[in-house]
Amino acid sequence: MSEAQTEKKDLGQAILKEIIPPPEEEAHKKSFWKSISIPALAILTGLLIGALMIAATSSTVWAAFGESIWRGFGTAFKEIGTAYQALFTGALGDPVRIVRALGSGDAKEIRSALNPFLESLVQSTPYIFTGLAVAVGFRSGLFNIGVEGQLFIGAAAATYVGYSITGLPAFIHMPLALLAGALGGAFWAFIPGYLKAKTGGHEVINTIMMNWIAFRLTEWLLSGPMSRPGSGGMPLSPLIQKSAEIPQFFQAPIRFHLGFIIALAVAWLIHWLLFKTTWGLNLRTVGTNPRAAKYAGLSTTKSIITAMLISGALAGTAGAVQILAVNRSMALGLSSGYGFDSIALALIGNNTPLGVILASLLFGTLRNGATRMMVVSAIPIDIVDVIQAIILMFVAAPAIIRAIYHLKKPKKEETTIFVSGWGGK
Amino acid sequence: MNKRVITLLSLLIVVGMLLAACGTTATEAPAAKIKVCQITDTGGIDDKSFNATAWKGIEDAITQLGIEGKYLESKEVADYEKNLNAFVEEKCDLIVTVGFLIGDATKATAEANPDIKFSIVDYAYDPAVPNIVGQVFNTDEAAFLAGYLAAGVTKTGKVGTFGGLPIPTVTIFMDGFAKGVAKYNEVKGTNVEVLGWDPANPDSGLFSMSFDDQQKGRELAVSLMDEGADIIMPVAGPVGLGAAAAIKERGNAYLIGVDSDWFLTSPEYADITLTSVMKLMDATTMQVIKSVIDGTFQGGVSVGTLANNGVALAPLHNLESLASAELLAEIEQLKADIIAGTLSVK
Repeated sequence: MSEAQTEKKDLGQAILKEIIPPPEEEAHKKSFWKSISIPALAILTGLLIGALMIAATSSTVWAAFGESIWRGFGTAFKEIGTAYQALFTGALGDPVRIVRALGSGDAKEIRSALNPFLESLVQSTPYIFTGLAVAVGFRSGLFNIGVEGQLFIGAAAATYVGYSITGLPAFIHMPLALLAGALGGAFWAFIPGYLKAKTGGHEVINTIMMNWIAFRLTEWLLSGPMSRPGSGGMPLSPLIQKSAEIPQFFQAPIRFHLGFIIALAVAWLIHWLLFKTTWGLNLRTVGTNPRAAKYAGLSTTKSIITAMLISGALAGTAGAVQILAVNRSMALGLSSGYGFDSIALALIGNNTPLGVILASLLFGTLRNGATRMMVVSAIPIDIVDVIQAIILMFVAAPAIIRAIYHLKKPKKEETTIFVSGWGGK
Repeated sequence: MNKRVITLLSLLIVVGMLLAACGTTATEAPAAKIKVCQITDTGGIDDKSFNATAWKGIEDAITQLGIEGKYLESKEVADYEKNLNAFVEEKCDLIVTVGFLIGDATKATAEANPDIKFSIVDYAYDPAVPNIVGQVFNTDEAAFLAGYLAAGVTKTGKVGTFGGLPIPTVTIFMDGFAKGVAKYNEVKGTNVEVLGWDPANPDSGLFSMSFDDQQKGRELAVSLMDEGADIIMPVAGPVGLGAAAAIKERGNAYLIGVDSDWFLTSPEYADITLTSVMKLMDATTMQVIKSVIDGTFQGGVSVGTLANNGVALAPLHNLESLASAELLAEIEQLKADIIAGTLSVK
């Protein structure tokens, strides 16, 4: 990579550049609108292309076009409108309904009216944890593709502590189960981290392999040692104890739970660790320029291992929170691919905790709204995957967005994260 | 240029929303017909298995009874409750869920919403929940016919079976199969042997201990064929495909499919599929829908039988020449006897 070349020429400067705290924070504040213009336009474009696809795959629209062009356009707009209206009200709530519900004072109706927005937060929660896990990896120059497997191991550990221990008060049991999840994930990430640091074994390959081991291991655990009595061999764990449950704040159907607030707190903690501590600076230095860091006397070994431990702990917590707050027992269909979606998510969020939170809210909102969209207009939930993919493509290739919307090229180099180790070490 | 693009975009969105607003107010017509909503497990609506078959029942009801049908797919466990809530919100009259894993969520939602009716495929609650009908299947009735057929077709005098796991929904197939063979021996005075399962000694049964390890299915089929079996019924989901591959390679044995008609669902093995023991959740789902329409819905279990077409023996398709006309006639008679209740397969 070009990094390696510049570093040979200009080693001293490179080290200095890395050691002096980067003025990144201030730059971010100044160009706030600039920094979100690309993601925002990418989202808009994604939704527009999604709209075209909704219209193009609808048989009613085709039938209307058969009658006349104007009728065709009218029907297309109507279909898209219905779909996106459902996506919107399904994700954030129907304002009219909320006002009416609040006016009526009926508790159940109020809960139902407010649920869409709160459910979006519930859907975003695992994304925040896994997104942070990937971002921490990226920041320290590691491509952790094993988040999904770490999530499974974390979930299994939390489930085990959650159901097997009885008689503990909730304020001990719940944090204990959560901790077990974090440790499980950390342990699973430690293995490829250690291999990378000590033997140079590539973390991309090793984390992918660890995923498969994790899936099969949990399958065995759930149909063997951890299976629910009477499940007849189906891979399903017993229900966790009441004392291990992460509390949900409201009655059904609202599932909003403490886990979301924990996720925000953890994001703040990661932000503080990465950007406000010397330790974080060292980590990022190793991430952007491992050789320079080495010359500056930083231990890459230590940095790689701690980064993987933290990344894995975050992934494990994602799984633990899903079990303890939402699912309440573990089955193999635990994750819809959070560990993989989060790679995209961390990129959209530019690998900053705040960016990850915003991107998670976007993903969670889209997914939640998609359910309502499917109910109302029978548009498959998969369209949301397509919209997400388009958004990601545009975020990853900002040049396209700039070309479409005639934006100026930023003067400074865009903040890109180099993931070292694709070729050499 | 930039501004022009943005103006155009906002115009499009505004027009779209206006049209949408008109559209939604216009379609709010009074709906008297019942609304049936299905939630799939993580297999999805087109899993060629339980989810798809149950949805076929709803589709049949849409065309035949004029009901309204909707479905939601679950991508993960957390979606079960979310989708159930979405359908409660949608005021569905009957919510159909599929499979054991969705059992907890269905029960919780049913108890929180006693005025909505639920039905769950291939699962039953003990004790019963007043507003849930569990759809279970007397698979042994159809398997009995398959056993009788196999005993009449075998040339080596040995037929085989194996299961995925020793659980009731699996062993019921093997029980019926073995008893069908025994019936044939009793009627014809033959001595056809069943390898892999003996209802009197369940501990000696042959199991792959897996529902997805096709290699294991292959090994079990090979060992059964080595022992002389020339007709094999694997009751282990996709593991059976491994067995099918082994049988096809060997070339002198036949397969009996389970759950769906394998002649149709696995056409690559059509030329070795003698028949299939089918569990037809479309028929039982339809039955539950009918009970909601005519007001006879009652929580508990709905049992799929030969009589109500909830279970059935698939046609022999291309392999009909293997069975004599008398044998097929005898099987028809046995079926009629089971339906009439004069013959018990238990």
